[in-house]
Amino acid sequence: MRRTLFEGLVRPPLTEAPPSPDDGALAELAASVERAARRRLGRSLAIREVDAGSCNGCELEIHALNNAFYDLERFGLRFVASPRHADVLLVTGPVTRNMRQALERTYAATPDPKWVVAVGRCAADGGVFAGSYAVVGGVAAVVPVDLHIAGCPPTPIELLRGLLALLEDGSQA
Amino acid sequence: MPSLLDIISPAGERVAGHRPWPRFVVTADAWRRVAAEIGSGRATLLALWGDAGAVPTVHLAILEERSAAIAVISFACPDGKFPSVGAHLPPAIRSERAILSLYGYEPVGAPDLRPWLDLGFWDVRHPLGARSKAPAAPPAYTFLPVEGESLHQIPVGPVHAGIIEPGHFRFTANGEAVVRLEQRLGYVHKGIESLIAGASIEQAAKLAARTSGDSTVAYGIAFAHAVEAALGIEAPPRARHLRALMAELERLANHFGDIGAICNDASFSLMHAHCGILRETVLRAAAAAFGHRLMMDRVIPGGVTADLEPAGAELIGDLSQQIRRQFPRLIELYDNTASLQDRTAATGIVTIELAREFGASGYVGRASGRDFDARKTPGYAPYDRLDFAVPVLTDGDVNARVWIRIREVEESLKIVEQLLDRLPDGPVAVALEAGDGEGLGLAESFRGDVFAWVRLDGARIACCHLRDPSWFQWPLLEAAIEGNIVADFPLCNKSFNCSYSGHDL
Repeated sequence: MRRTLFEGLVRPPLTEAPPSPDDGALAELAASVERAARRRLGRSLAIREVDAGSCNGCELEIHALNNAFYDLERFGLRFVASPRHADVLLVTGPVTRNMRQALERTYAATPDPKWVVAVGRCAADGGVFAGSYAVVGGVAAVVPVDLHIAGCPPTPIELLRGLLALLEDGSQA
Repeated sequence: MPSLLDIISPAGERVAGHRPWPRFVVTADAWRRVAAEIGSGRATLLALWGDAGAVPTVHLAILEERSAAIAVISFACPDGKFPSVGAHLPPAIRSERAILSLYGYEPVGAPDLRPWLDLGFWDVRHPLGARSKAPAAPPAYTFLPVEGESLHQIPVGPVHAGIIEPGHFRFTANGEAVVRLEQRLGYVHKGIESLIAGASIEQAAKLAARTSGDSTVAYGIAFAHAVEAALGIEAPPRARHLRALMAELERLANHFGDIGAICNDASFSLMHAHCGILRETVLRAAAAAFGHRLMMDRVIPGGVTADLEPAGAELIGDLSQQIRRQFPRLIELYDNTASLQDRTAATGIVTIELAREFGASGYVGRASGRDFDARKTPGYAPYDRLDFAVPVLTDGDVNARVWIRIREVEESLKIVEQLLDRLPDGPVAVALEAGDGEGLGLAESFRGDVFAWVRLDGARIACCHLRDPSWFQWPLLEAAIEGNIVADFPLCNKSFNCSYSGHDL
């Protein structure tokens, strides 16, 4: 373990920060997320993730935001366990009829000001699951949505880009 | 000892066009006899599902592990009643409750008739059977009774305190010790089987691939196996090799994610960080080689949609070498951290008897002595020509489930390297023709065996059943947590990592 810990101290980070020309998108994103978040929320944005019926694909990529490559927390964005602590609800999935009430209650439990980000193709309009007896539809059919992030599932970079867009919109509100 | 098929075939009428294993329509008497035989340990339950075809029917798929024989027996129930299998066989209980909720077919003599998957929010009753309008105020759900001194209940979910899928857990505890856990699932039920019924094969494959996103490749393979069997065709050799390559990348990514997340639930975040790096590295290689991080929609009936270029093959070869360099040190870290072992060893034990009775597959079964892997039994190409071992342990605790994953990572690397070495040339897909057969397919996901069954109606799917390995793992989690402390539940739960979406359909 000592060797692993020691190397962790002396090796350069894996984090996608030092911008290379090919990977400019992420670096650019990093800088602007930081600026916008600080302006709007004093460098902090608490996100509560709600799976309202997803296949779990979106959750896997949202998880990836926390790994050493994307390291979401360096931008002041972090996931919280309770909607009471959240500024943003990050909602995935077509909203199933069985999850509708739980989503409504989670939204009601989140203090204002709050934003809802619908993640993934299914969250937009139900995707391939639209029309089922068990599905209400997209997230907007149940709670007001401020932003949609497309993709099936969206990659971690697309998720980061989406959160940036929210911050910029929010600051103009 | 006669094989199970010798008992079934004289008692039933074999259905033409069901491939690759036989299906028999049997009488109520034979149905009961087979259920009792499985209950006595003679065979393993693979799946139990309803079918609203010309005549209301229930199907029971079984596996006799000794002979690797698989068979489906079907019981026609025009009156909507069938003899309960769950009366003999606990793992069938939830399947029967689901049949009752989805189709309205009643398992006569069943020990539990409470609804399953139907939580009272749908507009319709029996959405896959004879639909009727749902009552405005459905009766309240009753949890199982608990008796004793100083008990308290902890309801958890459906929305959990993390980035995870929704489900409800009802704990009854005495102080810190869990006396009973009862699960209530179905929150992410999307009606996948009803959407697949009547869909084109292409659209149905998209739905099957989104049954459980973490196993999208495995679902793709199981569904493709079923459709190809129904049509009596096979995907070309190169396609089958590429499917296996994608399946092993999926297994590697999920196992790294799980090993890290289990350690994280024991507050050992160092392992989590390093395993997260390996997982991300696998996903990036998958994106570069196959064009999608999770490899969604890359496996279709007839073959695959993405060929592997030489550069992609080289990248995956390098990935394998990188994992071989970095992973051993993480294994050592896990093995030599006493405070971590203290949490995982002897926690959340699944007994060998329960794993066998429930036919638990994947790491849950293999950590509890059940030597079963669909890649070996019944086996499918290209695994039948590859050299790999199926690790089995008998402790049945969280630690054993971690070790099975560690050993499977090592075996997956062996498989990946063999596949790259002998990747055949040729087409990666064949065109599908319309057909009317029925097919059954299995594929080993990282979590266990995925079961798929289809009946074709020309170029469309008439009826489909997808059974996630979680169906026979979730109930074992209820057993594993008994007597453990509430604080160890996240650890036990993560070591199972059952699918909600795959189970809820």
